[in-house]
Amino acid sequence: MKSTMQFDFIADKKNNTLTVKREFDAGRQLVWDCHTKSELLDKWFAPKPLTTKTKSMDFSEGGHWHYAMIEPTGTEYWGLMSYQKIKPIERYEGLDAFSNEKGEINPDLPRAHWNVSFEDRGTRTLVHTIATYNSLDDLEKVIQMGMQEGLTSTMERLDDLLEALNK
Amino acid sequence: MKLRRDPFQAIADPTRRAILVLLAAQTMSAGAIAEKFDVARPTISKHMQVLSECELIAAQQKGREIYYELKADKMKDIDTWLSQFRKIWEDRYNQLDELLSTIKKNDL
Repeated sequence: MKSTMQFDFIADKKNNTLTVKREFDAGRQLVWDCHTKSELLDKWFAPKPLTTKTKSMDFSEGGHWHYAMIEPTGTEYWGLMSYQKIKPIERYEGLDAFSNEKGEINPDLPRAHWNVSFEDRGTRTLVHTIATYNSLDDLEKVIQMGMQEGLTSTMERLDDLLEALNK
Repeated sequence: MKLRRDPFQAIADPTRRAILVLLAAQTMSAGAIAEKFDVARPTISKHMQVLSECELIAAQQKGREIYYELKADKMKDIDTWLSQFRKIWEDRYNQLDELLSTIKKNDL
């Protein structure tokens, strides 16, 4: 089923931010729960065909979510979201990082500051995410990594094509 | 809903990829491209249209023929990567839609 909900995706290369706005056909409490409870996050966070697995979750200021996105081949990409500020069912902020299975942060990969807010829209809820990177390089790097995580097959097709084009 | 062609969708099709590979070597007329394929000409025209809309190729009128050339720079543009990143968010949120509707049904 195609969604007819509002969906905005804006990359601001001047401020190194990604802004994503999306409306959901559910109340604010439920949408909040889906973002903040690991058993629910596990059901949607990684885009198909990847799946999400939570290793540990402590949704509190100073706490973290340690999770993996897993490819059908079994390859795991570990992430760690450290929660900084939480105002229940309104807003949370955190610092995202790539990590390993032990939860050790990879210092070579970009981190982003996430600001996620939830607003009522009648019976619906608007989720507004602003991810801020340290530099444009970081933003571009993470975009390329995102594509590695989610879209390997499409990228293989593009690789083949680019290779053919460069011959 | 806004309809915007996704370049990655464009290159997912094997015939369109073959067309791009042909055009990588040289500029070609629509007729010459169609001759290379064992499919109906209107089908090829449709493919050319999709590629044009994604700005992966550009058309130029020369006399009575339309010639096509590849716009290789477009394919490497960072915005192309961006459209993939956007797709991740789209897919992720579509899954959340499904989850929300499942939860709401179970609550009734």
